[in-house]
Amino acid sequence: MAQVKNRLTPFFENITFDRDDNELVLNFGPQHPSAHGQLRLMLHLQQEQIVKAHPDVGYLHRGMEKMAENMIYNEFMPTTDRMDYIASSSNNYGFALAVEKLIGLEVPRRAKVIRMLLLEINRLMSHLFWLATTALDIGAMTVFLFAFREREYLMDIIEGYCGARLTHAAIRIGGVPLDIQDSFLHQLRVFLNKLPQNIKDYEDLLDSNRIWLMRMEEVGTISTEMALSWGCTGPMLRASGVAWDIRKEEPYELYDEVEFNVPFSDKGDNFARYRVYMEEMRESAKILYQCIEMYEKCEKDGQTELMAHAPKYISAPKLDIMTQNYSLMQHFVLVTQGMRPPVGEVYVATESPKGELGFYINSQGGPYPYRLKLRAPSFWHTGILTDLLPGHYIPDVVSIIGTTNIVFGEVDR
Amino acid sequence: MRAYKPKENVQAKAYYTDRFYVAPQVPKSAVDTDAVFASDLEAIKAKFEVKDAYIQVEQMVVYINAHDIYGVLELMRDELAYTQLSEMSAIDWLAKDNTFEIFYQMLSMTKRKRIRVKYFIENGQAVDSVEKLFRSADWSEREMFDMFGIEANNHPFMKRILMPYDWQGHPLLKTYPLEGDEFAAWYEVDKIYGKEARDIIGPELRDTARVDRYDSERFSRLGFEVPKGTEITGDEEPHVESYQEEGGVFMVTKLDKESSKVIDDPQR
Repeated sequence: MAQVKNRLTPFFENITFDRDDNELVLNFGPQHPSAHGQLRLMLHLQQEQIVKAHPDVGYLHRGMEKMAENMIYNEFMPTTDRMDYIASSSNNYGFALAVEKLIGLEVPRRAKVIRMLLLEINRLMSHLFWLATTALDIGAMTVFLFAFREREYLMDIIEGYCGARLTHAAIRIGGVPLDIQDSFLHQLRVFLNKLPQNIKDYEDLLDSNRIWLMRMEEVGTISTEMALSWGCTGPMLRASGVAWDIRKEEPYELYDEVEFNVPFSDKGDNFARYRVYMEEMRESAKILYQCIEMYEKCEKDGQTELMAHAPKYISAPKLDIMTQNYSLMQHFVLVTQGMRPPVGEVYVATESPKGELGFYINSQGGPYPYRLKLRAPSFWHTGILTDLLPGHYIPDVVSIIGTTNIVFGEVDR
Repeated sequence: MRAYKPKENVQAKAYYTDRFYVAPQVPKSAVDTDAVFASDLEAIKAKFEVKDAYIQVEQMVVYINAHDIYGVLELMRDELAYTQLSEMSAIDWLAKDNTFEIFYQMLSMTKRKRIRVKYFIENGQAVDSVEKLFRSADWSEREMFDMFGIEANNHPFMKRILMPYDWQGHPLLKTYPLEGDEFAAWYEVDKIYGKEARDIIGPELRDTARVDRYDSERFSRLGFEVPKGTEITGDEEPHVESYQEEGGVFMVTKLDKESSKVIDDPQR
């Protein structure tokens, strides 16, 4: 192919750089390492102080909602992995639950326990990743290495379960595809026994660290009204004084059977969010211990079913498909044509590590959703930067982006 | 003759549907089966016209008039404690009756209830922005404009948010094909290299499932690799690649199962 000259010129959305009011326009990103992805921020500065912030997103837009309208329901499951790729099972789960609610399916208990194990492991993975990257942005290299080491253990466990480390696709509509491997519970127990000491190590490194405190305390304060108005959820909302956790308030799966607390703070600053994340890790560990017990009880009671029984929507177990003609026919139709949920609509919110992950599905009775809207928490946690950044200084931008815990797979979808 | 393809909805369609198949409905229940929703609905009905209301999958759905939306959401926020707008967007019904359906997903944290407020607008009609009530609507309405071309009145910054600023067309419309339209095929070529390079580069192929088995530049022909530019006939000799040299590569030693240690517990 002949060489063609590239004529790309930088484009700065009607921003004049030659200004007569002493204001400087700084273009932060989209390739900035501490923007945690493809975030572009246009910052108007007076000296070092930000007077106007304009987040620009869309650099990772893949049109997932459009793709969903052109895919059968089961086909869309691996795509949901690519939203919040730090904790992809929680996306799988949100979608599976939405479709199950639409159909009206009840998932077997053992599958529920496995799902909860996966969800909480994902929450721990996500929070460890958050701690590592935020600490690295602030300059705490040791915490980064420590937290990534722990996250690696969890990824090994997940890898043993589904073969993937980041994009798990570990949950199916109607249950889970596999039982957990033999070493799962042992590995998890070893990890959980070490975790309190690990968390204490991070806290010893950070809690009384002068630099950490200076970068975190009284920086990026979000008031309760602002958090509610901007649609903040998850740790962002809980650090601003609202103890709202969907696992507690609108329990799904078996969250009403486990005991855990909802940590919250009314300070609303970066440090409050950091504390909420740390406490949530402890609560997740508590839930995981209880899930291990639940799983062992399932095993003792002989509950072996992993997928719901609903021949119209869910394929039969592999043994049935291989031995029974009718199951094989159903399976063939479900794979080639896809399930056809009833006509209606549903909005299901789950508590993903980042906040409220919602799936709105409008089904017209066909094998493809007529409209699927993904409500990703990070989208609004990025939007709030418009109101949050003005008044802060340039170094604060990095720590604020860090504590909002945004993931661009989810912002741009 | 070419097969007729309806242009108003170019999305994937079921290739076979049984003639006698009647799709079941997600059950709806009356609003008075839930005391909290019933009292909320009464409060809305006292001030605004409610066209339809029912409960589906534990959430109330309320249909109102398009021009009432600001008032209804203000009432819900200030008097009924629906303090968060979780989500809002549109559904494309242009093929059916030339309308859009707009939905607002509301959450009350004190009542632990969710309400979906909905209304229909004509194609080309703008909606009233609720950005003054909920800042989250700022970005939602921009996204709705980007994806459907529905503008919001009184919005402070009605610009595209996810697509490039100079994009043409609105991707979530049912008339917009999945792999993009003519404009999308030439967008990057025109922008990066200029229109005159169209003949050399060609349109962008957005069909990711497309595999050209004779394209040895972009798709490796594993086991049957040929040098670049060679014409492919189809009866090439299989070519065995050895990935480790006999004597071993510098610093890399050949894996020997007998002498290596297998770690059972990754946490050791």
